[in-house]
Amino acid sequence: MSIILDKVDYVYSADSAYEIRALNKISLTIEDGAFIGIIGHTGSGKSTLIQHLNGLLKATSGGIYFNGRDIYEPDYDLSRLRMQVGLVFQYPEHQLFATTVFDDVCFGPMNQGLDKNEAGLRAFEALKNVGMAEEVYYQSPFHLSGGQKRRVAIAGVLAMKPEVLILDEPTAGLDPKGRDEILDLIADMHQKLGITVILVSHSMEDVAKYVQRIIVMNDGSVLYDGTPKEVFSHYRELEAVSLAAPQVTYLMHELRAAGIVADDGATTVEEAKESILKAFGRKGSV
Amino acid sequence: MGIVKASRLVHEYIRRDEEGNVESIQTALDGLDFDVKAGDFIAVLGHNGSGKSTLAKHINALLLPSGGTLWVDGKDTSDSGNVSAVRRQAGMVFQNPDNQIIGSVVEEDVGFGPENLGIPSEEIWIRVEESLKSVGMLRYRSHSPNRLSGGQKQRVAIAGILSMEPKCIVLDEPTAMLDPSGRQEVLEAVHALNRQKGITVLWITHYMEEVVHADVVYVMDQGRIVMQGKPREIFSRVEELREHRLDVPQITLLAHELNQAGLAVGEGTLTREELKDALVRLYGSRA
Repeated sequence: MSIILDKVDYVYSADSAYEIRALNKISLTIEDGAFIGIIGHTGSGKSTLIQHLNGLLKATSGGIYFNGRDIYEPDYDLSRLRMQVGLVFQYPEHQLFATTVFDDVCFGPMNQGLDKNEAGLRAFEALKNVGMAEEVYYQSPFHLSGGQKRRVAIAGVLAMKPEVLILDEPTAGLDPKGRDEILDLIADMHQKLGITVILVSHSMEDVAKYVQRIIVMNDGSVLYDGTPKEVFSHYRELEAVSLAAPQVTYLMHELRAAGIVADDGATTVEEAKESILKAFGRKGSV
Repeated sequence: MGIVKASRLVHEYIRRDEEGNVESIQTALDGLDFDVKAGDFIAVLGHNGSGKSTLAKHINALLLPSGGTLWVDGKDTSDSGNVSAVRRQAGMVFQNPDNQIIGSVVEEDVGFGPENLGIPSEEIWIRVEESLKSVGMLRYRSHSPNRLSGGQKQRVAIAGILSMEPKCIVLDEPTAMLDPSGRQEVLEAVHALNRQKGITVLWITHYMEEVVHADVVYVMDQGRIVMQGKPREIFSRVEELREHRLDVPQITLLAHELNQAGLAVGEGTLTREELKDALVRLYGSRA
């Protein structure tokens, strides 16, 4: 059970003067239950890539296999794929439209062909999973705060019970607490519901803290693919492609150069703290 | 009086039903008092819904006070005769660069503002060139804006404001949609304007790292300024910031945690260099 991309190419406006090669021979395997971060500067191909995973864009050449089946076979059910691979766009709250929170979340499952009762049950469960209080279920979604609206929008995708959840910058525009809440929620869903999560982010700190594997996109190709520790050890190369490593990673490299710490691979505050306390011969409190 | 001054500034969003009866009143600004010194770089922090954007729109007279007074460059914004003067003195840059760019060529977009003000065209060209130069975008003057990166578009939007020669620029989360290098580009360009041209800046953000080099930080909550001070003072109050749904930069947090674990590196550490130096000192004096 996985998604396999085999030499996927995608060209916008092919055979015209404005031809742009957005994806260039991408081969990847996304295992079931993984928690993956995708990073890359604006225009590096992140959004084009994720739109291939649920069949919104069709590769110019190459193949994509979802749970062993070629999604480009003529009889493949793409509308079912789009429910199995849920995509939460940037600023998803702009897509809320119904008069109540509950109706909005019901829209996806109703579209799947479920009856009202079943859709209602799904909506109820999804809203509970994103931590919305019951008293707002029958209020207009437009009167909620930014962070709450975003939760409702995520619940709308969750209600379709996807096996894979892709989120394009889910924390853009949120305050720090809202940022942590949404990311904790996503990590929690990954753990409790066992779904595969793919997170597109511009925040290196967030990616380092939450995901198990990072895919770095540059010019339509995969530049690096590995654990946060492996990927951020290339901090100089990342800067060359308009990215960066988390601040603590830089600090650790500087401390190592000054002869203080032995290990410069820390990518989170916790890891850095442990490593520094160890160097000073103190036991960490965590 | 400073360049922007508020006295008991109140803003209420009033929702009415079809007959015009008041359905609900939400107080977004609740008696603000502040005074911004000309030439300062002010960072405004606060959670979603704390009143930051409402405040920004007041400085540009897009919203008018429900109570109290706001003066921009000495002019009361609630006096309808002052609106165009206020808008000329206080330019505004929004979150999404794509919503602010209207020209099909970069220099046309930048010239739109002064053209609207009725500035003679020779003068417009001088201003366009000057503005694009000061945000480092002069070599893109004849490009199409839609081929630029997010950071570049945002700098073009800033140049569009600069060409109207404002004394003050308000930026409402200008980096929220940008990648790390785009964020850095825009922040550096605005700091340079502040330093070199003495333009007063109000920088609204959710990224704590962007606040480190500001002159003064305002923290807003429930329509009030609840904390005010230099970045170092503000960021040494970690727990208090968290109560306002905010955070501190990653380096400040690490320093805070090390302090709590008994390594005295000093609270309110802002930069990597500071923390490194403190650790090197401590390491050298270790028994």
